[in-house]
Amino acid sequence: MPLSLTEIMQNTKINNTDINSDQTKTQFDEMYGTTDSNRLPYDGYNEWFKQQDPKSLKKKSNEAETIFRRSGITFSVHGKNEPTERLIPFDIVPRIISSKEWVALSRGLEQRVTAINSFIHDIYHGQEIIRAGVIPEELIIKNQAYLSKMIGVNPPGDVYTHIAGIDIIRTSENEFFVLEDNVRTPSGVSYMLENRETMMQMFPELFASVRVRSVSDYPKNLCRSLNAVAPPGCQGAPTIAVLTPGIYNSAYFEHAFLADHMGVELVEGSDLRVVNGKIAMRTILGFQTIDILYRRLDDDYLDPLNFNPDSMLGVPGLMDVYKAGNITIANAPGTGIADDKAIYSYMPEIVEFYTGTRPLLNNVPTYRCSETDTLAFVLDNLSDLVVKEVHGSGGYGMLVGPAASKRELSEFSKKLVNKPENYIAQPTLALSTVPILVKSGLAPRHVDLRPFVLMSDKIEITPGGLTRVALKENSLVVNSSQGGGTKDTWVLNE
Amino acid sequence: MLLNVTHCTNYKFTAPVHYALQQVKLTPATRFGQRVISWNVEINGGRKELSYIDEYNNKVDLLSITNNTSNISIKCSGEIETTDTNGIIGLHDELVPLVFFTRTTELTTPGSMIRNFSKVITRDNSLRSFYELSAAIIDAVKYKTDTTNVLTRAEDAAQSGSGVCQDHAHIMIAAARYAGFPARYVNGYLYIQDKKEQSASHAWAEIYLDAIGWVGFDVSNGISPNDLYIRVAVGLDAHDAAPIKGIRYGDQDESLLVSVIVEQ
Amino acid sequence: MLAKTANGLYWMSRYIERSENTARLLETGLRMALTRIEPSHDEWKSVVETAGVESAYIQMHEEYSAQNVIDFLLRDKSNPSSVMSAIDSARMNARLVRTAITRDVWESINESWLKLKDVLKRPVSDSQLPTILGIIRQQSALIRGSLHGTMLRNETYSFSRLGTFIERADNTARIIDVKYYVLLPSDSYIGSSLDNVQWESILRSVSAHRSYRWFYKADYIPTNIAEFLILNKSMPRSLAFCYDKLNENLNVIGRLHNDQNICQEHSCRILKMLDSHDATSIFTTGLHEFLTNFIDENINLGTKISEQYRFYQ
Repeated sequence: MPLSLTEIMQNTKINNTDINSDQTKTQFDEMYGTTDSNRLPYDGYNEWFKQQDPKSLKKKSNEAETIFRRSGITFSVHGKNEPTERLIPFDIVPRIISSKEWVALSRGLEQRVTAINSFIHDIYHGQEIIRAGVIPEELIIKNQAYLSKMIGVNPPGDVYTHIAGIDIIRTSENEFFVLEDNVRTPSGVSYMLENRETMMQMFPELFASVRVRSVSDYPKNLCRSLNAVAPPGCQGAPTIAVLTPGIYNSAYFEHAFLADHMGVELVEGSDLRVVNGKIAMRTILGFQTIDILYRRLDDDYLDPLNFNPDSMLGVPGLMDVYKAGNITIANAPGTGIADDKAIYSYMPEIVEFYTGTRPLLNNVPTYRCSETDTLAFVLDNLSDLVVKEVHGSGGYGMLVGPAASKRELSEFSKKLVNKPENYIAQPTLALSTVPILVKSGLAPRHVDLRPFVLMSDKIEITPGGLTRVALKENSLVVNSSQGGGTKDTWVLNE
Repeated sequence: MLLNVTHCTNYKFTAPVHYALQQVKLTPATRFGQRVISWNVEINGGRKELSYIDEYNNKVDLLSITNNTSNISIKCSGEIETTDTNGIIGLHDELVPLVFFTRTTELTTPGSMIRNFSKVITRDNSLRSFYELSAAIIDAVKYKTDTTNVLTRAEDAAQSGSGVCQDHAHIMIAAARYAGFPARYVNGYLYIQDKKEQSASHAWAEIYLDAIGWVGFDVSNGISPNDLYIRVAVGLDAHDAAPIKGIRYGDQDESLLVSVIVEQ
Repeated sequence: MLAKTANGLYWMSRYIERSENTARLLETGLRMALTRIEPSHDEWKSVVETAGVESAYIQMHEEYSAQNVIDFLLRDKSNPSSVMSAIDSARMNARLVRTAITRDVWESINESWLKLKDVLKRPVSDSQLPTILGIIRQQSALIRGSLHGTMLRNETYSFSRLGTFIERADNTARIIDVKYYVLLPSDSYIGSSLDNVQWESILRSVSAHRSYRWFYKADYIPTNIAEFLILNKSMPRSLAFCYDKLNENLNVIGRLHNDQNICQEHSCRILKMLDSHDATSIFTTGLHEFLTNFIDENINLGTKISEQYRFYQ
């Protein structure tokens, strides 16, 4: 029985020095559990694996890299010199989730995303949650991610988080935690799809013997899902377009991939204009109205007339068209407030407040450094904790206590004391491991999971998601920008 | 009082514009203390794309300029009936939470001068203390045109010792927020008996006092807005409440001509 | 189709064509250098001239050595016509229109880019040049093959074809124009070995030295060469061939709006003009004047296409 957040918080607060207790130290391997024989979900795979020649597997692994490199599935890294394109390493050993595990997980995800959407609607309307005293008003209203221009706006279908990527970690047979809610412009879904394509191309026989649930409907479902929340004035079949910051964006490949698979145009700000009160794209035959804009551009850059005036990437007047009810923007502007790390620590209360039920998925215990007592505790235990910037993402600006040097620790302490409200801290949970293929055979590496949740008239969750894996031994950092790789994620068909 | 307003804004571009947008907040609403009898916004050289009511209850019109236009004029005119409410607008009844109006903006970031001004403010007798603050501001920052511009920050205007109604309002707002009071910026018109033709519209501050609600303070004139005032648009600061905000593609320059006539 | 996409397809193909043309010029240069008896840098100078990048070259290098010219035309990023720059721009545009082209096309362009980036990492000596040029030729064939083999024949394909033929027409016209004087009838003895080398090099620059012989079954004669490269509709790099194709593809796009537009009118006019000439009448008008006029009209068509289909606004 997983502990609820409050229970964990209480436990950790009582046993202040005990945050590295057994729960965090023992490592759970998803293929082997804590024993020598494999766990049930891996039966079919292991059967197959035993018959494989290690050399030919290694060859397949290189083959996969060639496939990715040739198709240009890269992300850009902006280094000191010119931007270079890098490949996200792909590991050919799949991560396998049983049908039962998935059912439980997806129920938790559905509950959480429903609550997040209600939360966003509430804070831009009646603010019941503030009135009820569940969350301090200042934390929301004075938060930079709280977009005043969204106040009173009613997006079609009251949907804000059309696409959510919820980062999940596992610590034992039955314990799953939500590490982060990504409800701005979550990325990675193209890797989920391409990883599966590549695996099916390389090991067709494997998919004949193990029954894996398909992920390939995602683009189709996304289209359907977006079409269901077209603006009220839309006549005929809605026109969808994907808005990208352009070819230099690190996720451009994904933007093009999605537009291509959805069969819709991939547009940049410079292709769009306000025409007849709507947003329209410049085609070779004139301007054509867009009803639904799947934007992969942050709020701040979305509209230079209404937000950052220096943005060359956005569409001036987009927010005006939106407020006039003439376009659907997915995800809605202003959703960032819900994945702000300062709000994260309240997520169990948020889930309970809007769904009336206890959260099915736990939060990682989180210390708000803005609270004086908590700050003192965090400073005392810095070498055991992970400290994150409230507004940061991508693993930047964070401190991993156990891996930090004395100097790094003392420097970070100063930052904490100077701006405590800018940070939260979490215990270093032992993420589960899944084996990867290395020279000597299989070796365990830490993983997380980002399932993708689509929301409109109903909620759809693609079975599986993107498994990110830390390729360095013992490393807990799975971010692709910091040397992480990916795996194909299998949800078994019962 | 029955007031007639004619407000003309004319932009001339040095070269033809192939695409530009203007966000216009020039429509007053009926509310406590004022009733709109008629109001008309006439656009020449541009096209009205859409309109909506924004989060502050301002009416916003979005205008587009296309087809190599080199001239756009916006003429607002109408008739408003006003009553004197001693500057009191009433309790907060909008969706934007009150605490939002304590957010500081770039133009209203307090410095030493503003922190000093805000010392006058008291919780107990807040209304009177704000009148004192208003008097202190106009005493220290003389009304003088052409010493500041639309981008001048409150603190810089305070330091310089002179400014116009925008600066006075900004200083008032910044000081109020520093003391923890919600405050906002108001754009509007002022009837001046011997100066019917004016070269700009007017601006003042509104501060929220518990029990009373929003109260207007026209620092430049040392009074609270009465039936000589017409309230048009509000925002966190002059930029947020700007009557016209635009974006234009190309390297033309623009020149602006404004005329305001407020008469009985 | 998004105007930006049409623009991207057009330029993608122009750059692919350009990288091939530049490589072919280098091949000609190499050939001339090899068949020469006395060492001289003249042939490399003429290669730079023909590529139309003389002024940029002079800013970078003092003399026309094989090494400098090869490097400038193969690898120099500051030269927009170098093979590397062109393939770089082609890929950039392909990336921009990623959703409009097939996976095969994208992968062939991306793979060529990866391959050329690798082989052009370091300066190429004249002894390595044939191998490198072979790789470039092979990669171009790969891209062309995937374009022909996998693209739907609709306006997407047509915009890409427009880019190919505008670039190719420009290239062929410039090649003849740079050497127009060697084609002029002169009193001096025609068919000297020097002339023969010059004529052959013109034909080689457009890969027409063998087909010329198939077609004319005779020695090189200036009027024939001019006719072959300008007016012959079976010769895939001739101006007439390019305009036949431009016309055809503009018609495909024009069908979208059921209206004869200025681009179609313009290309029709150029095609008619070409049809109305034979080699003699071109020489009577003046070859150089004829070509200058053609190059201008070709540029005009490019501009008209970009305006009609809103490439930029």
